[in-house]
Amino acid sequence: MSAPMPRDLGRLDLAEPATFPSRRVEEWRWSDLRRILREAPPPSPAIAVEPGGPFAALGGTEVAFGNGRLPDGSSDAAFVGTGVLRLRFVSDATGTGHQASATVAVPEDGELLVLESHEGRGSAYASNVRIAFEAADGARLTRIVLLDDAADAISVEVAEVTRLGAGARFEQTVLTSGARLQRNETRVRHPGRQAAVRLDGLYALDGERHADLTSVVDHEGVGGETRQLTKGVVKDRARGVFQGRIIVEPGADQTDARMGHHALMLSDTAEIDAKPELEIFADEVACAHGNTIGALDQDALFYARARGMPEDEARALLTVAFLGEVVDGIEAEPVREIAQAWLGLRLAVEKTS
Amino acid sequence: MLSIENLHVSVADKPILNGLSLEVPAGEVHAIMGPNGAGKSTLSYTLAGRDGYQVTQGAITLDGEDLTVLEPNERASRGVFLSFQYPLEIPGVPALTFVRTALNAQRKARGEPEVTAPEFLKKVREKAKELRIDMEMLKRPLNVGFSGGEKKRMEVLQMALLEPRLLILDETDSGLDIDALRIVSEGVNALRSPERSMLVITHYQRLLDYIRPDKVHVLAAGRIVASGGPELALELERSGYDRYGAEAA
Repeated sequence: MSAPMPRDLGRLDLAEPATFPSRRVEEWRWSDLRRILREAPPPSPAIAVEPGGPFAALGGTEVAFGNGRLPDGSSDAAFVGTGVLRLRFVSDATGTGHQASATVAVPEDGELLVLESHEGRGSAYASNVRIAFEAADGARLTRIVLLDDAADAISVEVAEVTRLGAGARFEQTVLTSGARLQRNETRVRHPGRQAAVRLDGLYALDGERHADLTSVVDHEGVGGETRQLTKGVVKDRARGVFQGRIIVEPGADQTDARMGHHALMLSDTAEIDAKPELEIFADEVACAHGNTIGALDQDALFYARARGMPEDEARALLTVAFLGEVVDGIEAEPVREIAQAWLGLRLAVEKTS
Repeated sequence: MLSIENLHVSVADKPILNGLSLEVPAGEVHAIMGPNGAGKSTLSYTLAGRDGYQVTQGAITLDGEDLTVLEPNERASRGVFLSFQYPLEIPGVPALTFVRTALNAQRKARGEPEVTAPEFLKKVREKAKELRIDMEMLKRPLNVGFSGGEKKRMEVLQMALLEPRLLILDETDSGLDIDALRIVSEGVNALRSPERSMLVITHYQRLLDYIRPDKVHVLAAGRIVASGGPELALELERSGYDRYGAEAA
């Protein structure tokens, strides 16, 4: 199957500097791409990718891009089916750019687990990925995204759920450690019709890393549900951006939508920009959002230290616990364990940095 | 032995303890009683090493080692345990995970091997049973949604597992009904041992009916103004703190 890619006038093309958004574009005001990328980067070389990746133990079908290319040299993959799809985007380049796209579709009443990994091995590369998802009536599509980019990389990804059938479920968890500039965008056309969307996210940023989790869910029909929980921690001079927008169109009654963003600032020099938005044009809806930004609870920290934990260990424990709510939302246990291990490693790296 | 000598402590530059001296030999239980504002909580936080409690003069030693230069976790690994008046809720961290992490951190600091999971669980089961704590409760985030009595029993479970040399009970009876008080006290009494010093800090005499002290000290205006045997607690219960407040002023 090759569903047409959705039209988008603002679509980023690394070969066309005119498409690089700057902060003058409202949706990109906290992630000014043009400031750090003025010219088209030279194209990345072709590389061979060994099978594997962080989700290798889960098996399933592997589709691996190396610097934006599949083994056959093309940059566009299409998958229709059920089971497990490991979608890998490996960046092994220095100072160059590459882009890739994919379409993933789940047939009626089918279940698909997409394990998507962005594996950054090079330095100062620019990666641009675009994916379209479709879930037919009664289908269930679970998407786990692990963004493990190089600290000095530019990484942009846009995922669009272009079609969601009646009673379908789209459940997503994004886990990221950021990059020099990293943008992860999810756009969902929500048909209502007892379909359910869950968009969870987690960011753990240190150094100069930047992660931007942006999403738009557009409820177009009656009886849709959306649940969104994003949690993050930032330290050093890192910057976390959350832009969540839920739109309830006229007539999209009985929409039930909840959005939460909660973040911890572990240093004064870190930054968090959050913009949770609910735009409601229908009458009979249940919508709520919450947004909190704070520091680690000093009383809890002292309590843990008084019981014997060194300060770093106590901080890491409380931080993992704070973020744990998002990881716990991952239903498949082996995937959850991989996410936990990754997070533990991230926070351990932070500890010694 | 805990030894406190001429201790002066300020909080936000305000003197709270003013020349407090006290010795609690190993194997003894001493009670510190005093009116509100006497410095009872300041004493417990200072012993545990909380930031912001500044020792401006004097010394605190445990078996000869200077505690004042140590971080809270270093004090814990040397055997200091403060049982909090209001134990903290730790969302996202199962009680068992919290205690095992604390125990292993202490063992590591002392150069001892980590406790194995089966070893740890066996001990937890045994102690939890004594304290009538359901094992299911230990899988829940520590103290989150626990009642006052459950939180205090969790504190006693932690002290039983961490086996401190110096146990400081800060207003352990607050918020407990009689049944919970009895269970908690039995748990504490089971920990009395010749190697262990205990400091029971309380406003009311009631707790001392259950945890019988060897000595009772009256803390007023930041120093010990009277010391005696258990009968001193009973006398305070009858006559109140007024005359000590007057003496100290």
